[in-house]
Amino acid sequence: MFVPCDRGGGSAAPDFKGFTLLMPAVSVGNVGQLAIDLVISTLDMTKVGYFYTDCLVPMVGNNPYATAEENSTELSINAEVYSLPSKKLVVLQIRSPFIKHKYRPFCETLLSWVKSSKCARVVLLSSSHAYQRDDEQLLGTPLRYLLTPDLEKAVGGHMKELNWKEMEKVAAYPGINDTDKVLHIPGGGITKLLFTESCSEGIQMAVLLKFCSEGDNIPDAFVLVNYLNEWLQLIKSEVSNPSSQWKIPSSWRLLFGNGLPPALF
Amino acid sequence: MATFFGEVVVAPSRAGLDEEEEAREETPEDREIRREIEKKREIDVVWSWQSGGRAEEPLVCSRFIVAIGRNAAAFLSSFILDSVCWEVVGVVKLWNEWCRTTSTTNVLPTDSFCLFYRLIADPTVLLCQCSCYVAEDQQFQWLEKVFGSMQKKGLQVTILSTCPVADYKTQESTLTLVSPFLKALKTKEFQEQVCCPLLEQPNIVRDLPAA
Repeated sequence: MFVPCDRGGGSAAPDFKGFTLLMPAVSVGNVGQLAIDLVISTLDMTKVGYFYTDCLVPMVGNNPYATAEENSTELSINAEVYSLPSKKLVVLQIRSPFIKHKYRPFCETLLSWVKSSKCARVVLLSSSHAYQRDDEQLLGTPLRYLLTPDLEKAVGGHMKELNWKEMEKVAAYPGINDTDKVLHIPGGGITKLLFTESCSEGIQMAVLLKFCSEGDNIPDAFVLVNYLNEWLQLIKSEVSNPSSQWKIPSSWRLLFGNGLPPALF
Repeated sequence: MATFFGEVVVAPSRAGLDEEEEAREETPEDREIRREIEKKREIDVVWSWQSGGRAEEPLVCSRFIVAIGRNAAAFLSSFILDSVCWEVVGVVKLWNEWCRTTSTTNVLPTDSFCLFYRLIADPTVLLCQCSCYVAEDQQFQWLEKVFGSMQKKGLQVTILSTCPVADYKTQESTLTLVSPFLKALKTKEFQEQVCCPLLEQPNIVRDLPAA
């Protein structure tokens, strides 16, 4: 699945042993993916490979993180891997939706790649439909986290210190029986599947998600990436304006269409 | 989400999520139906030398030009292809909700087809006209089956396709753009001069040309 980039000079395939894998779920508002774009763009991460997969809709374009003419012509496809060895960070970016019936095989292949590349832990950025919140969830922070049992032992205490809120479980049969609780992440894409599989396979995974709706999700992406930063400390953030330190990639231009024809006025 | 008139509508998600798919567990019947549909949607690439019962050797190919979509296919028909210099060497048979192709090589421009031609003077030059729609779940298969039959060392691939001007993202309005216009994407291995400007972000290419 993972194909390393040919960096020339016969360099060996990259080693992710002990690294943190940061990745998005394709979810409501594409918030996870936008947040990952901010991480890759701000930390100026190097592309180290891509996923050769039939599970995602194909797409291709020029470098979405281009800063100048010289670096704008590198091709970019739907699932690419970037790394920053100094922070032991490897990032997967997913740029297109899943093909019908293919999300399950993708999750299986992804988790077996996580195990074979010996990543220490996985952090999944996701989102969930804001309109599905219950009365209590409507108040307070829209951010939630989830930890697999293995990671809970390692960092559960830290989350309590940060005053983070764990994602609540909902009744499996609402109105009939309130005792059976299940995890429900509407609009979260593969989040729930990846999380439950990681729990059963002993993979250390954390899910960070935000309740949101479709629309201009750039502010949601900033909120989510700052939430991530509280824990992983990827960049030094200013207390007054934590969003100012993140670099918006050049591909975020024209998210809502072209300029207007002057004849309109 | 409530609309202006008070009705409640579920907004389609840009993330392309299919909630029903997640919630339902697949029964054995569902699995059987899905397998049958998958079999029906399988792509078949038939080369002219296969009927002779010869062992399949990879096709030696130096240049492969692929025209995807009716406009690109028509361009090749009008300016490149003719029955003197080119011979039909292959066909793709597929079915999806939008079109069905057959193994006939005698096609009309209005048909849906996917044919391969070889230059008689230089049999390593291959051309493909694909005017049929290849669905999302068939694109990878098409790719693997077509390129799987080729020896890829030293191969140069050129892909021709078209997109509506309205889809082009630019600072000005597309109304004032002079169209049609050409844009290109190239891999870093392609060292020759490109005949037109490169496609700028945030524009992307999707579907079969992207695959």
